[in-house]
Amino acid sequence: MSLVFLWTDLLIWILFGAVVFGLHSIKKSKQARKQWREIFESPIAMASAVILSVYVLIGLTDSIHLKFNQENRWAPAGYENQVLSPLDLSLWHLVKNQERTYSAPFASHEYSRSILYDENGQVQQVYRPLKFAAVHLENPDNRQVLWQDLIKKSGIALLAAFLLTLVVFVFHGYFRVRAYVKRDIRVKPKRLPWNWGYLTLFLLLAVMSILYYLSHFYHVLGTDKVGEDVFYQAMKSIRTGVVIGTLTTLVMLPLALFLGISAGYFKGWIDDVIQYLYTTLNSIPGVLLIAAAVLVMQSWIAQHPADFGSSEQRADLRLLFLVFILGMTSWTGLCRLLRAETLKISQLEYIQSAKAFGMGGMHLIYKHILPNLLHLVLIAVVLDFSGLVLAEAVLSYVGVGVDPTTYSWGNMINQARLEMAREPMVWWSLLSAFIFMFILVLAANLFADRVQWVLNPRNS
Amino acid sequence: MSKHHPVLSLSQLSIRIGEDDLVKKITFDMYPGEIFALVGESGSGKSLTSLAVMRLLAEGLTIDPDSGIRLADIDLMAQSERQMQTIRGKRVAMIFQEPMTSLNPVIKVGEQVAEVLRLHLGLKSKQAKAKVVELFNEVGIPDAAERYNWYPHQLSGGQKQRVMIAMALACEPQLLIADEPTTALDVTIQAQVLNLLKQLRDERGLAILFITHDMGVVYDIADTVAVMRKGELVELAHKELFFERPRHSYTKQLLKDSIPQVRQRVLQQKQALLELDDLQVHFPVRKGIFQRKVADLKAVDGVTLEIAKGETLALVGESGSGKSTIGQAILRLVNTKNGQIRWLDQKKGWVDLGSLKERDMRPYRKQIQVIFQDPFSALNPRMTVLEIIREGMVTLQVGSQDPVEQEARVDKLLLQVGLFPEHKERYPHEFSGGQRQRIGIARALAVEPDLIICDEPTSALDVSVRAQVLKLLDELQQKYGLSYLFITHDLSIVPTIAHKVAVMQQGKIVESGTVEEVIGRPQHPYTRQLLDSAPSLVKQRIL
Repeated sequence: MSLVFLWTDLLIWILFGAVVFGLHSIKKSKQARKQWREIFESPIAMASAVILSVYVLIGLTDSIHLKFNQENRWAPAGYENQVLSPLDLSLWHLVKNQERTYSAPFASHEYSRSILYDENGQVQQVYRPLKFAAVHLENPDNRQVLWQDLIKKSGIALLAAFLLTLVVFVFHGYFRVRAYVKRDIRVKPKRLPWNWGYLTLFLLLAVMSILYYLSHFYHVLGTDKVGEDVFYQAMKSIRTGVVIGTLTTLVMLPLALFLGISAGYFKGWIDDVIQYLYTTLNSIPGVLLIAAAVLVMQSWIAQHPADFGSSEQRADLRLLFLVFILGMTSWTGLCRLLRAETLKISQLEYIQSAKAFGMGGMHLIYKHILPNLLHLVLIAVVLDFSGLVLAEAVLSYVGVGVDPTTYSWGNMINQARLEMAREPMVWWSLLSAFIFMFILVLAANLFADRVQWVLNPRNS
Repeated sequence: MSKHHPVLSLSQLSIRIGEDDLVKKITFDMYPGEIFALVGESGSGKSLTSLAVMRLLAEGLTIDPDSGIRLADIDLMAQSERQMQTIRGKRVAMIFQEPMTSLNPVIKVGEQVAEVLRLHLGLKSKQAKAKVVELFNEVGIPDAAERYNWYPHQLSGGQKQRVMIAMALACEPQLLIADEPTTALDVTIQAQVLNLLKQLRDERGLAILFITHDMGVVYDIADTVAVMRKGELVELAHKELFFERPRHSYTKQLLKDSIPQVRQRVLQQKQALLELDDLQVHFPVRKGIFQRKVADLKAVDGVTLEIAKGETLALVGESGSGKSTIGQAILRLVNTKNGQIRWLDQKKGWVDLGSLKERDMRPYRKQIQVIFQDPFSALNPRMTVLEIIREGMVTLQVGSQDPVEQEARVDKLLLQVGLFPEHKERYPHEFSGGQRQRIGIARALAVEPDLIICDEPTSALDVSVRAQVLKLLDELQQKYGLSYLFITHDLSIVPTIAHKVAVMQQGKIVESGTVEEVIGRPQHPYTRQLLDSAPSLVKQRIL
């Protein structure tokens, strides 16, 4: 067994480290701690944060890639030389249980008829039973039996979800009690709405564990054209969404910060050059630019197949490239904002006072300007996240997004486009992608709303 | 209406937010033709009282239901919001402190006034225009017909305030509420606006509720004075009585603080520390797409000055006269075009700061420091007081570089400026304006300077706080032999603080000398004009 590092894995773990470091520095600063507390004082923000962290957690477990050699006791059957993540391993039964073609959620038979020859050699059109779904039931056609089985199994899963929440509660409770004992009696901060956080966590865990447990017996969200489980696809798409939403900011932020502050602080010809740069970039339609860049890259990859080891690496590089392009085209808005704010701040008297102390250049920017811009940066990052997740879906739908072999909501929707025209309609692919994406984007937007409300100085 | 019926009558007015009373049981009457000055420091509730009369209080603030507000024969407390709309503007009008933001920048000023006339009096466009021109003439806007078509940015601050007054008078209100209408204006313009208000009162029998914190203005304009403190009315008296025999101890202190204390200040020995010789600072005026330089704005145009050790030089002038630019030039925050800034170095003798490179300038940075006007933008909101004060010590390598010793020194500095060591872990927003100004002074003191450039350090402060800050600066001067370049537009504080005065107009020094010379026997017409415009309360004391 060996670890395989894909480029996006590496970057996402670096980003994760940076965020942990950032949280640590928030803990040190009294002011920042107070602001974050205020953010979480809203039940909606608390619930959104729980949802977001669960998504990110799933994305992270899908960002460790392992390659198994022969003879490994962890390795599932049929793993031969595949690159797998912990998420793949835990959903291995879904990879293995591939059907022939479409089947609806919780169905026991295929969605369309196929031609069969019976013993007499007669041609028959029948709904063939699924190979891996509902096989434990003696009479899966009986709706009552099916429901009883579903409710029984859901009950078990619910219990598991409850226990899991309890474990988190106890674990977290230890820290809460410790903080309570050590608290400063003079200050009485507002209570954080932990109960909302736990409620969200429990609901989320309940849905997830029901889906997960039942997925061992059914195709909970159906299967697609080639019989692949849609639940698996939707889960795997989480990583793509999270990678694009977060890594793009990693590309965008340095550019926006560096150029925006330079333009606002140094003014003069530097300001002119940067302004012309982003005005030019802004006047080219974004989708056009992205499409052109992706097409160039595609043909380049096609001409140099030797440069890429495996198809995973190729798909990963394409994802990275998309992240890069999205980052290059989306820094202008934040840059403009930072330039204006820097112009304003650099006229303030505390900057003049720092200059009177002989401070200048990078030191002054780092000490006096950057900290006063951070709220803008944070607001922009959280707001952009949901936009980028949606952008991926749109681009993949148009066909210039991620690699067709990469699981993503955009690809799922793209494939579902034709299925919608079928009679009877195949609706579950589209709906699953939509719901998974909707929950993420909604949570991100609600959270962004709260962050903006708290950090915007005009609201206090 | 008879002269003996009050125009405005407040009885037991209380305003509260939640459980806290911000205004506590205020009672007074105002009569036609009376200028009623409501005096108090910021946060005393004077503006709230006026807003309550207009029933324009912000959300969350409530008027106690037992309060009585009567406008002539109308009970304002009983009016619905709809009825209030017909009263506001028509029977009670208001003018504000900041004429810049009270006028809509994209509508012609004449149109803005005409709009009010059309709305409230139902005049036709032509009649309205004629009426506006008439009003403009009345409030003393020259070429009224021409100015009708101007936009706010084309008018000066004083003219904008006149437009605001014209707008307020448009519907011939009985009561005019003036909320610090002259605070944002220069002294000469302030005097003109005050005269205008008095003249309007005489002609129209208007009652004016004049809100201010400036005792000098009160002395010039008011008939009756009411002093508010922390939401309470502490004194109410006729002007003459008020200034002759103030009763409440707070009022006495307020009067003492706002009247300049003339002190003979003589320097023991005179050794020049800084000399400016024919200093010129020009700002390029750029136009067009390639930002070509088309002209120079001569902000400082040949200034020669001298400051001795332990001396305070007051640099007086109106806004835009270039006085702040001189301070920035000495600090090398702007580049000089011509002339010399000579600084006496203990070892090297005279050094021309204007020609030094930034690196060579560093040793002198600790000798020249600055404190600013606006205590709210002078401190980085993301740094604690400790970090703010320590910054100079670290950057300029002053004193011990050991963090523990530096912290001990910060404690000492905080005590020196009248704060406490436990304040050092707090952030600037937790302090009041006066305290912030003290932090700014501590920051400057931290590097042990010889000269501090004080750029209007008291103009954003209330009078009593102003007096404290000036006292602190004076004590520090006595103790450490500091020199100050005190940039101000406020003549009234000059005799209190300065040894010498220089009067500046349009980038040039028009008159300079000792305080007695310049204030006692002004030679230049501009100096005389400045002194004439000063409130007579101030004039009586300093002349």
